[in-house]
Order: sequence, then C-alpha cells, then structure tokens
Amino acid sequence: MAMNTQGRPTAPTTPETSAPETFTGNRALQIEEALLFEIGRNDVTGVDFDDPAPFTERLGKHARKSSIDLPGLSEPEAMRHYVRLSQKNYSIDSGLYPLGSCTMKHNPRINEKMARLPGLGDIHPLQPLSTVQGAVELMAELGRWLLEMTGMTSVALSPKAGAHGELCGMMAIKAAVRAKGENRNIVLVPESAHGTNPATAAAIGFKVVTVPARPDGTVDPEAVKALLSPEVAAIMLTNPNTCGLFERDVVEIAAAVHAAGAFFYCDGANFNAIVGKAKVGELGVDAMHINLHKTFSTPHGGGGPGAGPVVFSERLSAFAPLPFIRVEADGPVLVENESELQAGETPFGRMVAFHGQMGMFVRALSYMLSHGADGLQQASEDAVLNANYVRAGLRDLMSQPSGDRTCMHEVLFDDTFLDGTGVTTLDFAKAMIDEGYHPMTMYFPLVVHGAMLIEPTESESKASLDLFVATLRDLVMKAKSGDVERFHQAPLYAPRRRLDETRAARSPKLKWEKPEPWSEAAE
Amino acid sequence: MRFLPHSDTDRQAMLASIGVASVDDLFTDIPADLRVHGLDLPKAASEISVERTLGRLAARNMPASSVPFFVGAGAYKHHVPATVDHLIQRSEFLTSYTPYQPEITQGTLQVLFEFQTQVAHLTGMDVANASMYDGSTATAEAVLMAHRVTKRKKAILSGGLHPHYRAVVESLSDMAGDVVAALPADPTSTEDILATIDKDTSCVVVQSPSVYGHLIDLAPIAAKAHEVGALLVAVVTEIVSLGLVESPGAQGADIVVGEGQSIGNPLTFGGPYVGLFATRQKYVRQMPGRLCGETVDAEGRRGFVLTLSTREQHIRRDKATSNICTNSGLCALAFTIHMTLLGEAGLVRLARINHANAVRLADSLSELPGVSLLNDSFFNEFTLRLPGDAAAIVEGLAAKGVLAGVPVSRLEPGKPELANLLIVASTEVNTDEDRAALVAALREVL
Amino acid sequence: MTTYFTKDHEWIRIDGDLATVGITDYAQSQLGDVVYCELPEVGATLTKGGEAAVVESVKAASDVFSPVSGVVQEVNAALTDEPAKINEAPESDGWFFKIVLSDSGELAELFDEAAYKAFVEAL
Repeated sequence: MAMNTQGRPTAPTTPETSAPETFTGNRALQIEEALLFEIGRNDVTGVDFDDPAPFTERLGKHARKSSIDLPGLSEPEAMRHYVRLSQKNYSIDSGLYPLGSCTMKHNPRINEKMARLPGLGDIHPLQPLSTVQGAVELMAELGRWLLEMTGMTSVALSPKAGAHGELCGMMAIKAAVRAKGENRNIVLVPESAHGTNPATAAAIGFKVVTVPARPDGTVDPEAVKALLSPEVAAIMLTNPNTCGLFERDVVEIAAAVHAAGAFFYCDGANFNAIVGKAKVGELGVDAMHINLHKTFSTPHGGGGPGAGPVVFSERLSAFAPLPFIRVEADGPVLVENESELQAGETPFGRMVAFHGQMGMFVRALSYMLSHGADGLQQASEDAVLNANYVRAGLRDLMSQPSGDRTCMHEVLFDDTFLDGTGVTTLDFAKAMIDEGYHPMTMYFPLVVHGAMLIEPTESESKASLDLFVATLRDLVMKAKSGDVERFHQAPLYAPRRRLDETRAARSPKLKWEKPEPWSEAAE
Repeated sequence: MRFLPHSDTDRQAMLASIGVASVDDLFTDIPADLRVHGLDLPKAASEISVERTLGRLAARNMPASSVPFFVGAGAYKHHVPATVDHLIQRSEFLTSYTPYQPEITQGTLQVLFEFQTQVAHLTGMDVANASMYDGSTATAEAVLMAHRVTKRKKAILSGGLHPHYRAVVESLSDMAGDVVAALPADPTSTEDILATIDKDTSCVVVQSPSVYGHLIDLAPIAAKAHEVGALLVAVVTEIVSLGLVESPGAQGADIVVGEGQSIGNPLTFGGPYVGLFATRQKYVRQMPGRLCGETVDAEGRRGFVLTLSTREQHIRRDKATSNICTNSGLCALAFTIHMTLLGEAGLVRLARINHANAVRLADSLSELPGVSLLNDSFFNEFTLRLPGDAAAIVEGLAAKGVLAGVPVSRLEPGKPELANLLIVASTEVNTDEDRAALVAALREVL
Repeated sequence: MTTYFTKDHEWIRIDGDLATVGITDYAQSQLGDVVYCELPEVGATLTKGGEAAVVESVKAASDVFSPVSGVVQEVNAALTDEPAKINEAPESDGWFFKIVLSDSGELAELFDEAAYKAFVEAL
C-alpha cells in the first residue's frame, strides 16, 4: 500500500487533569450552549409579519404536505444563543493568529461599512446596467489596481475563492492549448503545493505529475526541464512558495516552460509578500489568482466567503471568462454575453452566475485605497520583517528544515527540535492554545516533517511579537526539560479539550437527530 | 499608515535583531533587476477620503430599497432582520479562520452543524454540507458528483434551469470532457424531459421553481431517472419557496442544490452568496465540500469537528471529490441566524406573504392590454409576455424609477422568440404602493 | 495455507486458487486509527501492483495495492461498518478481499514471513 502516515493521533487519551464540575457545566465566561434544535420550538418566531390579505393560492399541486421541522427562537433568545457561540471562537481581533499561508491580518472596519452602503450592498446583479454604472466602475477600478500591482494584461474578477480562481486559470490554459490545436494533458505540480493545485488540474481532466522539491523546499529548474515535453500544458507554482521562500529561479523556470510551449500558472496565495516589491508579469507568469481574503484583508468569516480574481498575461487574456469588464474610451463596460463580444475576445465560458464577489471587491478596494501604493509596499515589507523577526527570535531553539535563512512573509520550522522530548507538533500546537494563541499552520507543507508554518502578518506590533516569541521559547524549554504531560494534556483551558476525530469519522453524525424516547429513558 | 503598528524606531530595532542593515536585505531572493520601485497608484488615503471615493461610486447606483423593486431570477430582495447583521459582524465570527483547531472554534463549528441540519430539513434530504460558493457552482459540483456516483458522463439540463447555471455547468463539463444535453429555454414549462432520459444519463438537472417561475413536478422525473440508474439533481434558487412548496427530497431528488442568498444575505450585485448542497446518506462520501460532525472531547463533552476530510483536496489532492477549499462560512452563518429567527412558523408565513404579493401582482399585470401571464403555477416569480421588447420596456420603467424585473433577453440574448418576455418577482418588501406604481408605469410605457 | 507479504505492507494468504488479502499489523500501526475503507467490487479484475482498495485514517487516505493479479471473489463487507477491525485484527478479521489468482507464478516475487519481518525491522 502507499503508506500515508499523515495520520497523527486523532483520538484523545483520557485526561488526568480536569477542573471541578459545576452544576451547569459552565466555567465562568465559558458557557455551555445547547443546539438550536434542543432549545428552539417550531411555533416560535423572532420575526413579526402582517398576515397577507386573503388570496387564492397558485401553487397548483405543489403545496408542501410534509412538515419542515425548523425550530425558531425569539429575538432575545437568538441573540444570546449566537453571542454565546461566538464566544467559543478565536479571532484575529482578539489575538495573534499565525496561520501560515492563510494571512490572518487585521480586517479594517471601514471595509465593512463601505460594503453596506445601499448603493453597493443593495443592488441586484440583473437590474438594468444603466442603474449600476457606479458598480461597474468600481469593478474596473479594482481591476486597474490588480493589474498595476501584478504587471499583467487582463483580469477575471468572477471566481469566488482561491481554488475557484485556480480553476478559472487552468480552464483558460486548457482553452488556449485547444485553440492552438494541441493535445497537452499533463500539469506539473511541485510536491510542496497546496492540495487545491492537483485537485484543480485533475478536476478538468489533466494528469498531475509531481515535481520533486530541493531540500530547501524550492523548485529545481533542472527537475522541471526534465519533465517538460509536448504533453505538458502547464506548471502550477506557488511563489513565494509554501515554505515561505521566494523561488529564486522562477524566471528560468518560466522561460523553460514557455520554450516547451506550456503555460505558467502561479498560485497567488502568498502574493501579500511581494505587493509593490515584484510584478509577477515580469516573472513570466501567465495566470495567477489573488485571494482578496488573504492579501487584501476581506474577512475570513470562519471559512469564507473568499474572492479569487485571476490576472492573465497577454497570452491568455483572450480566453478570460464571461462576464468581464471592457475598458472603452467613454468608460468601462460589463460584458455579460457572447453576443456582446468583439474581435479577439474568445472567453472559455462562465465560472459563476452573475459577476463575482462584489461585496469582497468593495472591501478589497477600500483596503487598497486606504493603503495606497506606499502603504501596500510598506505592508509587504512589514509582513516580511515580522516573519524574519520571529525567525530571529526562535532560530537558536527551533529547527528550520533548510537551515537559518531569510524568509518571506512566513517562517517554517520542522519538528527536529522536539526529537526525544516525546512532544509532537500537534502537542506543541495545542499547548499554544493554553497560552492564548491560535496555533500556527501544522503538518503543512507535507514535504517537511512535523511542519510548523508561522505567518505573523504586518498587523502585529513589535511588543506583540516579543511576547509571542517569548511564549514559544518558554514552551520549547518546557518540552526539552521533560515536562511532557502538560503537552499531552493540552489544551486544558479552551472551551473544549482535544476532540475525538476518529469517532467523528468512523460513525459520522452530520446533523441533529431527535433522541429516541427509549434512549432518553435509559439515560 | 493607520493599519501598520511599527514606528521607524521599531523597524530599526527589529532589523538589528535579525542582523540585517535594511529591509531590502530581506528581499534579496527576488532578482535585483525584477524588483519594483513604486507602483503607479495613488498614495495612502484617510478614512474620510476612502468614504468619499466609494460613496461617490455608490451614489451612481439605484439601490433596491429606494424604488419599487421586482427583480429576481436567482437573487432576491428580502428583509434581513437587524439582529443578523449585528451577529455576523461580531469579531469572533467575522475574523476567525476555517475551524481547523476545533478546541477554539466550537462557535463556528456548532453553527455549521445547525446550518447542515436546517438545510437537510428544508430540502428533505439526509445530509447537507457546510456550504458551497453559490447556487450555480453547487449545481456544477452536483453534476460532477452524479458522474462519480453513476460512473456515467452525460447530464441532461432542463430548459427551466437558470441560463447562467447552465453556462457554468457547460463550461466545466466541456473542460472535463463530460457531455451536457441542455434542453432549449422553456418559458412555458412544456418540455418533455422524460423522453430525453436514457441509460447513458448520469443525472437530470431540474430547477423548481424554474427560472421562469413555474413549479415543476419532480416525482415523475425522479422515477424515470431512477428507472435507468440516473440521479435527479434538483435546483432551488429561491429557498423561501420551500416554506410553501413540497421539498425536492419528498419528491425523490438524489441531490438538492440551492442558492441560499434569500435567507440572511443582501443582494450585493451577485455575491458573496451561499450555495446549499444536500444529498442522500448513501452518497455522503461522494459529496464535495466541508462537513461538520458531532463527537466528544477528552472529557466526554459534546463537541464538533470538521470530518470526512479524506474527500477533500488538502488530503486527497488530485483524487479529491472537488478542489473547493474556502466556502461561504459567513453567509452560511447569516442564513442560519435568519432561519433561526424565522423558525418554521416564520418561514411559512414569509413564504405565504411572498406568494400572496406575487399572485396579486400577476393578476394586476396580466389585466394590462397585450400582457399575458405564462404561468399556471408559481411561487413569488412569474413570466409575462409583453407587447414589445422587454429590455427596452424595463429601461423605460427604470427611467421612471421602477425596477420591473429581468428581461429574458438579458439571460438568453439573440433569441427573438424570447425578446418580449419579462421575469417578475415580488417578495415581502413590496407594498401595495409598489405594486400600483409598477402597474401604472407599465401601462404608461406600453 | 501459506502467507506472503509485499514491500508495500499487504499480506496474502493462499488457499489453492483463492487468496485472501489484507494489510499488515505494521501498516495499521503506522496509519493510526482507520476510519473507513473502500473495497474493490466483486468481479473486478485486479492487476498485480494496481490500486485495489483505499484505507482512510482521519487525516490521510492510502491506496492498497493488489499483491497479485486476478478476479475479486468476495470482499469483507463488515469493514464498512467496523473499520476498527483493521486496527484490531489486521491479519485476521480485518481482511480486505478474496481474489482468484490468475498467475500463481507472481507469488514467487513476494516476501515470506521471515523476509517481511526482516524488511520491517530494517525500516
């Protein structure tokens, strides 16, 4: 079998330490909260409506016969229920959130305020274009900023998230390959890549071939050249890469890829490190998605929504999907349908209904306008400065997979420094929770054993980083001094101890089920 | 720069700790000749200035709440209670990441568990995932999933499917090498979809209410699909309809996908919205997207985790069920809170008001000379045949300050037989005055 | 009955033309808690070294390869409900599938028990 041992322990051992029990199960501000389905009632509502005047239904034979079973809560109950739930979450507003590759930076509230302006938040995607010219202009302006920052030729704004942007970019590449009358079905993906890269390529029928990484996690141009052939459609490369390093040989790789007649897709997840420092268009990139929810601070919202506009080089611009903005002499035009196309516009199709994540466009543009060219460059520099500052503070105690070297916006450690301590990366991460920190990204990238990827972002002050570094130093010392049990037990102070993921996966319980009467009696 | 905490003194001290002289020394991996020195963009702006700039752009648009508003076709203007927007802006929800560390993200996880349960109940299905990007991408994913389940590659799309949804499915299928048989636009709901289902069919994709507003009897389509080993994918773009209309699950659907925008989420020119995805228990391992499941912690207390992750890209890479990573967490939260405030009683009443308003509007409009209603049955949306070009009429009405609906030509351009058709939606936000204004304005321009 | 092993940690127990296949105790110990497994279809034709099944822990999915070529005659359906058997009894109750060998000559390329033991110890 292909032994994949990423399966770190996923079922907790019985704890030795636990706090004395309270009657409610609450622990002061940590309040237990039942499920909606346990406290709600189907005949309670928190929204008042006037009854409609009598009318004759026109539902034909389609009226609902089955009950829905949707419990409701009054407004005060709903408020308390969801406020209590919110209090069980860590957030960037409450603390440093060093998730590598995820870019948990400050989310300015001016962005939220702007997105809620009725002229931006309360307009319909299909109302007459004459009534939404401000929205079209905003999209054009966002596109202008993205193109200037990347040095690319055109932009597709509609993809809904990073992975969706990847799909858009790879679909454009497939369309371009077809347009040349070629039959290329291989996509090269470095082994350090995000899982979305191979998943995206495979989703549209490409065969994925893995490019081995050099010991420092970067891609060797010779390894790429050895794999290039008339069968290769593209390479998908993350730059800066998932180890937090800028791919120094990117230009050579791009040249080799182009010489072989293939395209260069860049995963822009880490674009935030190089805004105002390098333009991907000058590196030879043909398509790159930009995670507005990473680089441009639109909120992550507990897992989305994101937004993943894709910028294209001259070679791919014609294939950008509908809808797109065409900038004409008397202003921008939103092109929605094939019937509106001009010569040289050959879109591959459509990624989504409507025009993309307008709410995120507003927030991202608000962030860009606030920073300006100078602030965007400063943000990149501070992000890189902060990551290197963390590296400098930990380099004597924690191990880096390719030695101590300058990193970009995130610094990568492996678990060598924990050898012989009995503490794993997972234990170390959970101990950080007890110290009031969200853990770093762990066990990614897969090419590094027990990886810990720390991205502090530019939002952290020196004082915040000093305390973070001191905390990690203390944890390392504790691990090395044999104080293993605290790590195995951690977290002790979070709303929950370690959760039994094995149980969740072996017998999945994916929705609330009414308890059987007999089982209630049995308890 | 108000978002950046460092003073220059801080920066100098930090560079000294790192052991480099200047920040440029941290960027030496970027080849010198490729380093950028300045972007051709404006300089940093104060908050007041940003508000002015974006406020000017906003002022050039016509908000739905400022006029009599009847635009639908896949996105709907509903009232969202103030509580919803307050709660989703709580820091702990708004600025949290995907719940990969369940000990400190139980809030998000429990919400997802509630969301999955609500969606399963609404659609009449066994399981729902933690959301997709929107209804259109959920539909494309449903088709891919049907291909995996049936090991066939041909999807049949009803002519009542939203044309944008059709285009999204066609684009992805074209790239993946799959077959799509899309029936012609069906504004009168007279297509014979049963005749098209054969033993090569992987799935039949049917929207109800259709984009033209017709309610579709899904049961016979499900029966015919099952007879040949195909799946029925039911699409619901107006989720409020499920308050009054029989659920797709009760009619035999195998996968139900939907657009959840109507509950809790503003129009925002098309996004972000929230895709709903539900299916039968037996297909759960073929589902795309995140799933939240119940378990216990080390002390035996109930808790929630993301589960069945081996389906997903971060583990399965090129063998994943989908490439989706980020979904629509915050929009799903808004959906869940709004649905909780409504409850079954509130949802049913909301649906009745929508239906009542649409019935009244349809009756009034179809009395106008030359105007005919194409629907026998509908929920809160219907299609009219006008005595002239619908797009031109809609422009004329917009000039009078009434947003009347979606001309079918906006979605199906270049088809003269559809040029006079108008899709009109009416929800709880419409008043008697709004209806009167539309009727009067339309009478004037016809 | 003779049992052979592969360098990929599958075992195969021979009973005439029929052979039972599973993963080794070493393999299950490396995978951690198994939560699910995907078995081949009865009647499927497998080739030696080809993908035959998938075994999943919470955070990983691993392909199980067929040690020999042949046709699947039976699968251990009990594993669907009780994947824990793969951890508890990998080399008995936790078997994956039974296969009718198409070429018993392929067995010569596999480890015997002693050779597999030495192979694992050297890892």
